[in-house]
Amino acid sequence: MIRSSRLWIALIAGLLLTTVAKADEFRVGVVLDRGGKDDKSFNAAAFKGGKEAEKALGITLKTVEASDDNSFEPMLRSLSQKKFDLIIAVGIAQADAVKKISAQFPQLKYALIDAQVDAPNVTSLLFEEHEGSYLVGAAAAMASKTGKLGFLGGVDIPLIRRFQMGYEAGAKKVNPKATVVANYVGVTTEAWNNPTKGRELSLSQYDAGVDVIFAAAGASGTGMFDAAEERSKGGVKKFAIGCDSNQNWIKPGLVLTSMLKRVDTAVFSTIDSAKKGQFVAGTKRFGLQNQGIDYAVDSFNDKLLTSEMRAKLDLLKKEIIAGKIKVPDYYSKRSKTAQN
Amino acid sequence: MDEQNWYQSAPFQLAASTFRLAAPLVFAAMGGLLSERAGVINIALEGFMLMGAFAAAVGANHFADPWMGALIAGGVGAAFASIYAVFVIQYRANQIVAGTAMNFLAAGLTPFFCKILFDVSGSTPTLPIAVRFGSEPIWGAWILLALLAWLWRSTSVGLWIRFAGEHPQALDAAGIQVNRIRWASVAASGVLAGLAGATLSVCLSSSFSRSMTAGRGFMALAAVIFGKWRPVPTALACLLFGFLDAVQMRLQGVQIGGVGVPVQFIQILPYIATVIVLAGFIGKSRAPRSLGLPFEKV
Repeated sequence: MIRSSRLWIALIAGLLLTTVAKADEFRVGVVLDRGGKDDKSFNAAAFKGGKEAEKALGITLKTVEASDDNSFEPMLRSLSQKKFDLIIAVGIAQADAVKKISAQFPQLKYALIDAQVDAPNVTSLLFEEHEGSYLVGAAAAMASKTGKLGFLGGVDIPLIRRFQMGYEAGAKKVNPKATVVANYVGVTTEAWNNPTKGRELSLSQYDAGVDVIFAAAGASGTGMFDAAEERSKGGVKKFAIGCDSNQNWIKPGLVLTSMLKRVDTAVFSTIDSAKKGQFVAGTKRFGLQNQGIDYAVDSFNDKLLTSEMRAKLDLLKKEIIAGKIKVPDYYSKRSKTAQN
Repeated sequence: MDEQNWYQSAPFQLAASTFRLAAPLVFAAMGGLLSERAGVINIALEGFMLMGAFAAAVGANHFADPWMGALIAGGVGAAFASIYAVFVIQYRANQIVAGTAMNFLAAGLTPFFCKILFDVSGSTPTLPIAVRFGSEPIWGAWILLALLAWLWRSTSVGLWIRFAGEHPQALDAAGIQVNRIRWASVAASGVLAGLAGATLSVCLSSSFSRSMTAGRGFMALAAVIFGKWRPVPTALACLLFGFLDAVQMRLQGVQIGGVGVPVQFIQILPYIATVIVLAGFIGKSRAPRSLGLPFEKV
């Protein structure tokens, strides 16, 4: 029974991943997290980076999406068995799978986004989400008339708590009296894909007097944009702040800004250096100082984010880069408590 | 927040939220009720709903009309449910196994068709506010309940459905084709679950996204059992689930005595309440006698 089901899985995975290998091509496999490449957010950014590399660097790109948490490992293994030149695992949920598979295929190269695996053939790409969240928190506090801000998290995990903590700190920096209402869609990975609940939570925040919400909730975040649209009536404006990808376009005029997590550039540069034979194992951090994290300004929010606000944000950005402002980091808080 | 209108008051918002969250559950639960009372276990509600949510988003997007979306959702729900009916009524497949298979099928088919139609597998294009329902499905759920309660009590069709699940031999002896009734009930459950899906994608959010039903089909099924397989108590159970969920959302982030309550704790409250209510107040809940048993003429 077990044998035959394994055979089936292998057969199906084989069919899915079959590519005709040419001798000289550089093959990159990307395993996306559950939100999928069209989540308009985190995975969309990773996919974009891969596509840009395909175009600019002439690599062969293969992307697969996990339908549940148990499919990461077989997908990574299947790409490994096909000896892809670089395999990129997107998302914190793949950390264990990457750890296991990278040990089984020591001759291959792996990149992991959002989590750290210490292995000689893995490069871990980490983002300083709290820094960017701090900036959008400051922006939210400047735009808010009520002094009440909202935060919508997807799954309640330390990574998302890190967004929340930075956001709150940034808001308090600008307006010490600002309050932040935080809600989480859920505690399982289903919560990345529940826009209905994201909308309901956002409505409840807006109705409680919140006028700016920042969502770090994957595809559930789209519910926030709908809620902002529905509650912006008769001169009252309710704002939303996007996350990971630039989401300013989703509801023009209502999206104050987006916290950019440049997963796309991280993916692109990793592919680029691997193709040049300069793959380095270890941890690479992307923050404000190397533009791996930023806030978005484009034609959609040009008028919402006034020049004074931008000047203030850029000042804060400089101070963070210079180390004058220490943005509280949920990760370091956690490790401290763990030590005690 | 200069002026507080009555509809901005917390109790009203809570009530509105309750009805919004309950609406898809009521549609799906009424579908589940029809099928289960006719004797066919329906754990495939989740899958029917997902197909309906997808079809509604596609229909509304194509015709720029939410009603067309709902119509197509009902049709697709019926068609998908008919596949289930073929397996469990015609071929007497195990209803739990076949139902689970339908759920998997829906989870896989929806992104597949989405990819074909829109070249993205994650979600359909966002529907503008004019192409979405306002509160129609939320009222509609209760109109449906009234219709179904009437069907149950006052029509022979209602009687036939109940007998198909309780005592199919008696129904057969009365000259009514049991499997025809069951087939119709399963198809109708597909229509209603499809409408539940339409409520999700065209009313409560602005597009279809993958696995967006997020277990609501199973919650609807729980409501059916909780409501002892009767229309009004089932709908009230849906309302209770909606209420608990709405309360849960509003309790998140609330500080009690200066200490933040962990979100996990708040989120289990609806489940704790459900367990307490089920264990303490529901009394004896008896499934239709022939539930899950394929009918064979002797």
